[in-house]
Amino acid sequence: MSKSFVELNDVKLRYSEGDELALETTNMKIDKGEFIAVVGPSGCGKSSLLKLVSGLMPPSEGNVIVDGKEVSGPLKIVGMAFQNPTLLPWRTTLDNVLLPMEIVKPHRHRLRKHRAEYEERARKLLATVGLEGHENKYPWELSGGMQQRASLCRSLIHEPDLLMLDEPFGALDAFTREELWDILQNLWMIKPFTVILVTHDLREAAYLADTIYVMSKRPGKILVERENTLPRPRDQETTFTQPFTDLVHELRGHIRDVRES
Amino acid sequence: MKKKLNLTKATPWLSAIGLFVLWELIVRIFNIPPYVLPTPSESIIVGWQFHEAIWMHAYHTLYTTLAGFAIAVVFGVVLGALVGSSRAIYDAANPLLVGFNSVPKVALVPVLVMWFGIGTVPAIITAFLISFFPIVVNVATGLATLEPELRDVLRSLGATRRDILIKVGFPRAMPYFFASLKVAITLAFVGSVISETVASNVGVGYLMLSASSKFNMPLVFAGLLVIAVMGIAMYEIFNVIERRSTRWANRGNQTN
Repeated sequence: MSKSFVELNDVKLRYSEGDELALETTNMKIDKGEFIAVVGPSGCGKSSLLKLVSGLMPPSEGNVIVDGKEVSGPLKIVGMAFQNPTLLPWRTTLDNVLLPMEIVKPHRHRLRKHRAEYEERARKLLATVGLEGHENKYPWELSGGMQQRASLCRSLIHEPDLLMLDEPFGALDAFTREELWDILQNLWMIKPFTVILVTHDLREAAYLADTIYVMSKRPGKILVERENTLPRPRDQETTFTQPFTDLVHELRGHIRDVRES
Repeated sequence: MKKKLNLTKATPWLSAIGLFVLWELIVRIFNIPPYVLPTPSESIIVGWQFHEAIWMHAYHTLYTTLAGFAIAVVFGVVLGALVGSSRAIYDAANPLLVGFNSVPKVALVPVLVMWFGIGTVPAIITAFLISFFPIVVNVATGLATLEPELRDVLRSLGATRRDILIKVGFPRAMPYFFASLKVAITLAFVGSVISETVASNVGVGYLMLSASSKFNMPLVFAGLLVIAVMGIAMYEIFNVIERRSTRWANRGNQTN
């Protein structure tokens, strides 16, 4: 990997003219297929980082480059999932997962004719996250964890090159959360895509990411870039090993410094 | 279980009958003269005596109300869609709409009469003017309260404004829209009857006005009852349509 897939060059962000900086000079390089996590205190501009990379928000200074091109408007093939599953309550789980296919080119023009083929694809994806047999249920008939799985499927169905996760497991109980870590890791290992995960769960970052960025409090700035070389696939046992706990410990130390500064 | 269900279904009838019985008793016990407050039984009997005339007038009122209401739905949806999908249009239109809605519509009837003469046209327009506002507000609210995260998800897939409106905006606004129809249809009756009372020679409003000028209070009350029944019937029709078409929004609390 000589060339990075996502690049942030001296990016600064203000929400509006004359405001103080939300994001201080930020530089990042993310390789294709790399899984990175951004951790930091709340309100440090982690979510803004996602909006910058996906082109939903232009940087005030500097530039963002994705796949060799400068980002100037919303990228068209990004998958996104948030803490809130944001499924559409009038659609079944299957139809919710198929939503990106109705929008992304060239699928949107093929969908009607090849409906069965796309449904098959969605069913397969739902099965890999353990939602087999729930395809025709409505979101409100699913538990929070199941909704989040469906939301994850929706963000991946069109096989995006770039996946943005904004605290996607934040509202789930600990067991469900760790189960979803495995599911996500599994999907990613089968067919690697570039992931930017924003989280305040340090164990989550240590479990999933190849590289972990620690951000300062506002104005947000990347203080630490930490490689995570723990072998994959990581599992429950990994979380009890010394290197894992050391890593979490180290991250915790950085966060403490940030909060006290 | 079955008994309970029947009781729930009977409740609205029981309360209506209870009200009539109470009304009847109060009038009889306090010996209220019929030119002040007639008994419901008398109103119904007189209503039956005049049922042919009432039928004709009621039909006319229903027709003007529905015509005004239909225009209000079309206009309300279009304006609501514009106001709800653009911040600039919202800012521009909002004070005008609120200001317009604050004007008592009965004050507009003389103006309409100057423009269109008396009769059906001003009644339809009054029904329209009084009933479009809740539709605009509700459709706009339904469209404007889209979750920002969902908008981000769609935009980062390359969705256009139109995509977002069709895939998410309109389906999401449906429960708001249907809720507003129930309010709007009852308001439309208010509008058409007001106009008929002030400037018409046909319709229940006119019937009541001419009956009261002859001190025929039971017939006035018969007219009121007819309007109420028509209002309830139309409300119930839209209630059923609402529940059928937006079942996902009325899912109750048992799940989740």
